[in-house]
Amino acid sequence: MTIVSKANAGPAKSAVRVMTGNEACAEAAIAAGCLFFGGYPITPSSEIAEVLSKLLPRVGGKFIQMEDEIGAMGAVIGASLAGAKALTATSGPGFSLKQENIGYACMAEVPCVIVNVMRGGPSTGLPTLPAQSDVMQARWGTHGDHPIIALCPRGVRETYDFTVRSFNLAETYRTPVILLLDEIIGHVNEKVTLPDRIRVVERVKPGADVTEYLPYPDTDTDVPPMASFGEGHRFHVTGLVHDETGFPTNNPEKIEHMLRRLNRKIDRHADRIIQVEEDANENARIGVVAYGSTARSASYAVRLAREEGIPVSILSLLTIWPFPEKPIREMANRVSDIVVPEMNLGQLAHEVEWAACGKARVHRVNRIDGEPIHPQHVLDAIRAAARGK
Amino acid sequence: MIDFEKYLRIKKFPLIWCTGCGNGIVLKGMLGAIDRIGLDKNKITVVSGIGCSSRATGYVDFNTLHTTHGRAIAFATGVKFANPELTVLVVTGDGDATAIGGNHFIHAARRNIDITVILYNNWIYGMTGGQVSPTTPHGMRATTAPFGNPEGSFDISRLAIAAGASFVARGSVTSPVKLSQYIEKGIRKKGFALIEAFTPCPTAFGRQNKMGKAIDNLEWIEERTVDVKKAAALSPEELEDKLVTGILVDVEKAEYTELYDKLVENVRDKPVDLHVPEREVVLASIAVAGGEEL
Repeated sequence: MTIVSKANAGPAKSAVRVMTGNEACAEAAIAAGCLFFGGYPITPSSEIAEVLSKLLPRVGGKFIQMEDEIGAMGAVIGASLAGAKALTATSGPGFSLKQENIGYACMAEVPCVIVNVMRGGPSTGLPTLPAQSDVMQARWGTHGDHPIIALCPRGVRETYDFTVRSFNLAETYRTPVILLLDEIIGHVNEKVTLPDRIRVVERVKPGADVTEYLPYPDTDTDVPPMASFGEGHRFHVTGLVHDETGFPTNNPEKIEHMLRRLNRKIDRHADRIIQVEEDANENARIGVVAYGSTARSASYAVRLAREEGIPVSILSLLTIWPFPEKPIREMANRVSDIVVPEMNLGQLAHEVEWAACGKARVHRVNRIDGEPIHPQHVLDAIRAAARGK
Repeated sequence: MIDFEKYLRIKKFPLIWCTGCGNGIVLKGMLGAIDRIGLDKNKITVVSGIGCSSRATGYVDFNTLHTTHGRAIAFATGVKFANPELTVLVVTGDGDATAIGGNHFIHAARRNIDITVILYNNWIYGMTGGQVSPTTPHGMRATTAPFGNPEGSFDISRLAIAAGASFVARGSVTSPVKLSQYIEKGIRKKGFALIEAFTPCPTAFGRQNKMGKAIDNLEWIEERTVDVKKAAALSPEELEDKLVTGILVDVEKAEYTELYDKLVENVRDKPVDLHVPEREVVLASIAVAGGEEL
């Protein structure tokens, strides 16, 4: 495997760029050390594949357009097991097709990154229009109790950073990570200053003793080290429930032990995985919880509300899974009303209500007509809440 | 004499395969081929899907990957493409490879990626209890075709040939030496190779079709098959309902991972339109222990 460095990448292009979220995602993948992309064309994510089909061969990486979405997800898992940091990108219908193999990656603990540039659904839905309709699919799209990490950037620069972070989290926790863009972020051109320095996590290899290798042992962190195929460990990987040896088991104790660890591996590190950004106002009685491109509209609405003399706090969810329950509960303890704008019918508002635990009223601002949520919509909801409605 | 045990995970025995099942003969043929070629166990990856044959990956001492139903070839494509140094074999069945996984099968053949597919064809879904498969002959019974299969069946080898495979051979557990030779040739072939292996399933296929004894199922296979050399002298009428065995295609074609490597050589030195930041590398073990903010 070739490591990407400045030497073979040629002179670095200026760090100040005008680019789309999809382009930022592709470039960040290379920066993070991604050496494999397997995908299938689908609007509005195809530019990620197009850019990587150009970039990957130039840095010694592999690009393949597979025969379908399912095959793309399979190839990504295979490549990761062969030692490559691997990526796929898709949108709604394609994300649905990938779900079985995403579950496989959870179960077999294969690090990989799945980008879903959200468009309107259900079904073929609105291929060219934005939505945030897959936030629940990201959490529960595949069957069975499984842990998942999903990040949700608000713009192009965050897409770059979160793509790198997605790879880092995948490698750190041996898990698939879902990066949820939406059509607006995927296609909007923004001026960005890309980072000069990034932190990149590399996989931990098991010890050199290949005779005693257990692919899924108990560890202090609940994350087992991972060998690659071809390094002498000759281990078995399966989607069946397995024990520490990697082979299937029907022993109830071992089943329980393995599935508990699998979920605990993410749950116990949730505080470190979860990132939110809070712009708090001490006197606020009203809070806004938002994510993705909608958080941009919401932030602007909060500014307008403050100019009108309504004190408002806003919490932007940068990680949506595991769900940032704690900061929302804290917000609910301080405010009487929480406004949740989403380009869906309230998928995360349910979670906010659950986290708020009756301490604050939750008001939904929803849009499912393929148009973005404008600051005015959020402002109207803030004003209504301020009037006690 | 080949020491087969060195390729097996004996601790995982007994096999789940039924009495009279032919899968062990196909597996033995694969291990014999690997031994004769002299491959390093560490450099072999065997990938399987779901079904009886796909359980083979649990029993062989290589890098083994037991995937989702129908997707073995897709996973194998990722393994092979990411690390072309590995010898990648796929163990699959008629339902796994040509029903739910048919798309990956034909496109891997088209791509001519260097993967050897050993397809155990027993004309039935054995593991789930004898349901009709894409190769169940017309009129024969299955638990989901209780009045006889109303559909026609696939000729899998012809499908692979049409899709562009560089090596296609069809054998049977009734001729195990030849079958193993075909597998050896398939592994040695640089390109997509299919070895279709006829294997009896007296439990799920035989019992429903008046051949519940393994020997009857084997005789039925013998009656249905004809060697490619003998077939040359037969008329189309005589060949009706027969499946031709032997090496059906063996051609030299450019292989996918090599073509891609050439593409990389051609574009690699050209300047990249890319911002590459300095990278501070953190080991995952340190990251997970909380040593670094990610």
